[in-house]
Order: sequence, then C-alpha cells, then structure tokens
Amino acid sequence: MSDTLLTIDGLTKAYPGVVANSDVSFDIMPGEIHALLGENGAGKSTLVKMIYGLVKPDSGQMHLHGNPFAPPEPRAARSAGVAMVFQHFSLFDALSVAENVALGMENPPGLRQLARKIREISTQYGLPLDPARRVADLSAGERQRVEIVRCLLQDPKLLIMDEPTSVLTPQEVEILFRTLRQLSAEGTAILYISHKLEEIRSICKRATILRGGKIVGSCRPRDKSARELAEMMVGAELKLTDRAERRLGDVVLSVTGLDLAPLSQFGPSLKDVSLNLHKGEVLGIGGVAGNGQEELLATLSGERPSASGTVTFNGRDISTLAPNARRRLGVLTAPEERLGHAAVPAMSLTDNTLLTGCVRQPLAPHGFVDTRATKAFAEKIIGAFDVRTPGPQVAAQALSGGNLQKFVIGREVLQQPDVLVVNQPTWGVDAAAAAAIRQSLLDVAARGGAVIVISQDLDELMEISDHFAALNEGRLSVPHKTDGLSIEDIGLMLGGAHGMTPADAPHGTHAAHDGGPA
Amino acid sequence: MIGGIDITTLIAMLMVASTPVLLAATGELVAERAGVLNLGVEGMMILGAVGGFAVAVSTQNAYLGFLAGAVCGMVLALLFATLTQIFLSNQVATGLALTLFGLGLSALLGKSYEGMRPPATPRLDFGPLSDIPVLGRILFSHDWVVYLSLVLVALVWGFLRFTRAGLILRAVGENHHAAHALGYRVILVRFAALGFGGACAGLGGAYLSLVRVPQWTEGMTAGAGWIALAIVVFASWRPERVLIGAYLFGGITALQLQLQAAGYAIPVHLLSMAPYIVTIVALVLLSIAHRHGAQAGPASLGKPFHASS
Repeated sequence: MSDTLLTIDGLTKAYPGVVANSDVSFDIMPGEIHALLGENGAGKSTLVKMIYGLVKPDSGQMHLHGNPFAPPEPRAARSAGVAMVFQHFSLFDALSVAENVALGMENPPGLRQLARKIREISTQYGLPLDPARRVADLSAGERQRVEIVRCLLQDPKLLIMDEPTSVLTPQEVEILFRTLRQLSAEGTAILYISHKLEEIRSICKRATILRGGKIVGSCRPRDKSARELAEMMVGAELKLTDRAERRLGDVVLSVTGLDLAPLSQFGPSLKDVSLNLHKGEVLGIGGVAGNGQEELLATLSGERPSASGTVTFNGRDISTLAPNARRRLGVLTAPEERLGHAAVPAMSLTDNTLLTGCVRQPLAPHGFVDTRATKAFAEKIIGAFDVRTPGPQVAAQALSGGNLQKFVIGREVLQQPDVLVVNQPTWGVDAAAAAAIRQSLLDVAARGGAVIVISQDLDELMEISDHFAALNEGRLSVPHKTDGLSIEDIGLMLGGAHGMTPADAPHGTHAAHDGGPA
Repeated sequence: MIGGIDITTLIAMLMVASTPVLLAATGELVAERAGVLNLGVEGMMILGAVGGFAVAVSTQNAYLGFLAGAVCGMVLALLFATLTQIFLSNQVATGLALTLFGLGLSALLGKSYEGMRPPATPRLDFGPLSDIPVLGRILFSHDWVVYLSLVLVALVWGFLRFTRAGLILRAVGENHHAAHALGYRVILVRFAALGFGGACAGLGGAYLSLVRVPQWTEGMTAGAGWIALAIVVFASWRPERVLIGAYLFGGITALQLQLQAAGYAIPVHLLSMAPYIVTIVALVLLSIAHRHGAQAGPASLGKPFHASS
C-alpha cells in the first residue's frame, strides 16, 4: 500500500451528544476521483474537515504519502498539498479576485505577479477569470472558479470538493468535470462530495459511503444505478415518486406582461414575464439563482406587489394584494432562504407555524392565539413530513437545513393550497428527504392544486414537472412539455454557460455528455 | 486677515484642534475594518487623557505622559476585546458601558490633578523652515504628535491597501467565517486591531489634556470620541476621508473660537454647536455623493464570532 496518497485509519470524532465519525478508514490513490456519499448529517463534512485540519480527530491516524499526517490547522494541510473548495464559498465579497486568491495561499507573490499567474492557470484549465474584478459582482459559477484557481495555484496533491455543482448550469458542470478530469490525469486526487448521484456515476472511480458516521460500504459508482447508490446511503429501499398521469384542468393562476424593478442593487429586473398555471399542473422553472427567481417568488407571494392586471387568480386580479390576503384565497409560497425568510430563526416551530398558518387555519381566532391548536398543527407537520426534532417547542435555527426545509414545505402543503409556489424546495436536502418533498408537491397537484417549482436542480424539475420554463436574466421562456426535452435543450434554454466556453471548443457548441445524466 | 480672523493662525490652530479626533478615528477605523464595533472610544480617550496627564505631571516628562495615555486606552480596549471576543458579550452594550466606565474612572483618578499644569510639549525645531512666511507657520510650527497623527493616517492607508497583514485584517472584517475556514486567527486579529484602536484613542485623549487644553478637567473630551465614531462611518471606512472629516471638525472648532475672540455677536452656544453639526452634515453629504459604488461597511461589523458555527 505504499502507492496510496492518503490513508485514513480509524478516525473517530465525537461532539457532545453525537458521534460524527466512528472508526472511519479508507484510502485515496493518486489521481483518483473518489466520491464521498452520505445523507445530511452522515459525517461527511466532519471527515473532510479533519483531513483539512479544521477539526482534530479524537482518535485514529492519517498518512499522506506513507508519512503520518495530522494537520493542526488548514495552513499545515495546505502546505502538505491538501486543498479544499467549500460548499458555501469562503470568499470575501468586497475584495478583488486576486486578493481572495492571495488570502488562500501561504506565500503569495506580489499582487501584479499573482494576477498574471491567475490568468495563466485559469486559461490553462478553461476557467477564465479577471483578477481585478470584485467578487461581489461575480456569478456563482465564477465564484467557484475563484475557489478552484486558488487551490490550483498551490499545486495540490489532493483536492477536496464539497457539493461543487449545486449552483452550476449543466454546461458549467460539464466544464468543471473537464477540469477535474484534466487534474486527475495530471495526478491530482480529488475527494468529491455530492448529493447528485448521476454526477458521481459519471465522474468518480470509487465511492465510499457513510451513514450515521460509519462507513457502510464502498463501490464503483459506474457499476451501480443512482437508485442503488441512494439506497446504500439511506440503508433502506427508496420510494419512487409516484407520478400518476395527471389531467390538467382550467387555468387557475395567470401572469401577464409582468415587469418588476430589481429587489436589490445588483439584482435582475423581471421583464415581460407571462405564464399560465392549470389545475393539477406542476410547472418547473429552471435557471441559475440570481436570474429573477427571488423576484418572481416575491411577486407571486405578494411581498412585492406588481402593477394591477399582471397576476390573476381564478379570474380575479390579485396583483396588489398583500401576502395574507393571497393566503386567504389559497395562494401559498415557500421562499428559498429557510432561515430568516421562510422561518424566524429564533422562534419555535409552533410560533413559526402560526406565522403563515393563522390565515387559513383556525389558530388565532379573534386575534388571540390558540396555543393548543397551533401546537397540534405544528405536530401534524412534524409527523407528516418526518421532521426530525425533539418537538415543536424547538427553535427553527436548531434544526438542520434539510429538516427545516421539510417543515417549511410541510407547513404550506398541509394548508391545502390551490396554488403553491416553492423556490429551491430540496436545496441541501438529502436524497430520501428530497424524494419525500417532491412527492408531497406531486400530491398537491394530484389533489387538484397547482404547483410552481423554482429550482436549479434540473433532474428534479424533469422528474416532477409537467411543463418546464427557463428564467434567465429576468426573462421567462415559453413553457415546454417536459416529455421529450433533453438536458442539452434545457441548457440552451437557460442561456448557455455564461461565458464558460473552454478554450478548445467554439462558443455555442454542445458540450459532449459522456456518461452524464441520460 | 479676513473679517478680523487671521487665516494663517486659523489653519495652524485647526491642525492642533483636529489631532485628538483624528487619532481616535484612525484607531477606530482599524478596529471596525477588522469587524468590531467599539463604542467605547469616548471612554478610552478620557482615560488616556487622565492617565497621560497624571504620569506627565508626576514624572515631569511629556513623552512618558503620551506613552501612558496610549497604554491606558489600550488596556481599556483589551478589556473590551476580552469581553466581546472571548466571552461574546454584546458589542454595543459593552462599548457603551466602556464609555461610562471610562468617564467615571477618569473623574475619580483625576480629582487630585485638577488645576495643575502639565510639562510643556515642545514644538519640533525645523530651523529655518519655520521662518518661511505663512507656510512655515502652518506646516512647521507644531509638536511631534500632530505629525505623528498624519503619519499614522498614511501608514494605516498603506497598511490596509498594500500589505498582506492589512489584507488579512480586511478579510476578517469582511467574512469572519471564511477567514477562519482559511486558517486565520480571527480573534487574535481582532485583539490586535482593538488594541491599536485603544492606543490611538488614548493618545488622542492625552493630547487633549497635555497640549490642547492643557490641564485636566472632568469630562474634558466633550463628545470627541462620538465624533470620531461618526467620522469613521461617514468616511465609509476610508483613512483618507477620515482625515478630511477630522480636519473639518477641527477647522470649525478653531473657527468658532476665533469668531468668539473676534467679538462677533453670535450666541456662544450656537458657535459651540457648530463643529458637531457642520461635521455631521458635511459627512452625510459626502457619503450621499459617493453612495454610488461606495463600499458599505465591513460585512461582519459588529457580529459576534465563535469558531464553532
């Protein structure tokens, strides 16, 4: 075993109340793309944090190139050749690209020389970047390039990537994969964490699967189906979403010629958005975040009323109605940001239930809170959506992202909406919970409600929606039937890869899609 | 002479009058760029004023007095740092408490020093340069602290803009979680920034009691610390604009004193108010004019940091 790059032997790390990792052992070969799979809370983050020196293991050893490796801090890990691209980018908005890169290096050269090196490396790997730009002005894909280039400048032997594709368009993913394959061919090993099983099947040679902090198996992802991988992660059989043939009814919600000024200084404006939503329909709206998703949800929820005549519900103009008036009519929404937008972080689940539930449910008759009824409704949500929490008295911020997401969606679904608009319903949620959320959205439609799902996860939209439309720079494309749409068609509807054309392919060419989602 | 006011004297006075606020604001700017809001500037200044005064009088050495003033301010700032960075107390409440504490403690310590005269702080000798008409009086007739304050502004500007340590400090103030994830010691950086800020505020306070007034009276900072805080905000956390703000404040202060001396029939209270009002109004106008494209404050400013989250 002298040729392994990194050997992990019996790593254990416990936090008060939970064992995050228990006796974890595996190894990574040079140049290998190795997947780390597991549900939310399976211990993947803790494991990579130990490798990167952010967390100290309680027991166990690591060996890098056969030498003992126990980085006391990230600095030591970096100088040993371990680099990491974080899920939530560790970038500084107000600083320039070059300054951000310099902060992640041990001995950065002067800024001018660094800028030249950034240009050099980024073109070499097909990830063009302008070192002088402010990070605040970059797209999500470009921000990730900053992180990757920062790592590459240090010539890493092992690159850890935590959920790298969750914010990228299909074309951007393809270019990222090309970069990763190039790195792998040059001998850099990559430890790849993702919930997207098809991606793992297409790019990873080996996978190690974690469940409840323990290794429960390893496999060659190419030999398994995505479903089998998901079942290994969950440790149980996965229910397929039940997509019964639905009959679309009358138009229930229509938006015509909607223009809206941007919500924030750098945000997009909505331009002439029109759509018709039928009873029993699931309409998927795809697109990279920041292209008007938040704005669209804010208009439909009533947070940001629009000009009269632009939004009609069952023939009635609701454009200028406030959120509670819309809730009363049956138009419910669940925004993307769970903490602080969909739920008040410091308030209990019961109180959070009351905040959107009191309009359609008898939770506060005559203005007085019926604590018992509210608590009962909160418990009903917790039960029906398998929210893992000690009880409804727990503060929203104490829940993990996935669990809070289940709660937020459940709260709206159980109010029997006629129209439900959700933004990023399964962002950061593990496979089993995501499947449950998707099923609940389909159930709303099956019951005769109508659902708009705004998401960046195209596989998800393909799975559940009847029609698909793309939102790009505030413009909504004409919805297409999802049957028969290919992922390339969708990529083009989304407006391509936002300038991410690799040096060797002319602009506008379809990227080859070997082994990707079919 | 215009309207009974000697412009040369006015400008020379302006530089002296601005120095305490300039020092305090420069220090606070560094602390805020590191992401800590320390509202205790007034308290650190006045403690520096009394500490510096007491040491200068007992040793009859003005240099030791200034050193003591800086140390007093720094000690108070490090107390603030310990409370807010290690024990995670609320920064706003702790800062306010620091001001009240400083005011009270300085009154107690200073009781026996009232009415005394401190040793003189000599002007720097520039030789023939001081004899140049007008310019010599304006530029080459001051004590060393005035020049130190200007050098300090330039150093802070260069430090934040060109050095790696300055970049790390800005990074910590911008996004402490990311800085921590990259392996930088957020709390250590903040301790250093706060300590520097406290030393500057203390030095500014000592300048008040040793040069500007020069004697010790209770509550002699008279809100200069608050003006320093306001200057930092309206200067959009930029050292060069802090200089403008502080000199504006000092300029109006000097002007109103001259107006009083020249016997203008303007009520004294209005004149005493003028520096505060004019500074705030001018800085508000400045930040409105620069609103487009101006950077907001450091993104992590005033937020508590704990490594676990």
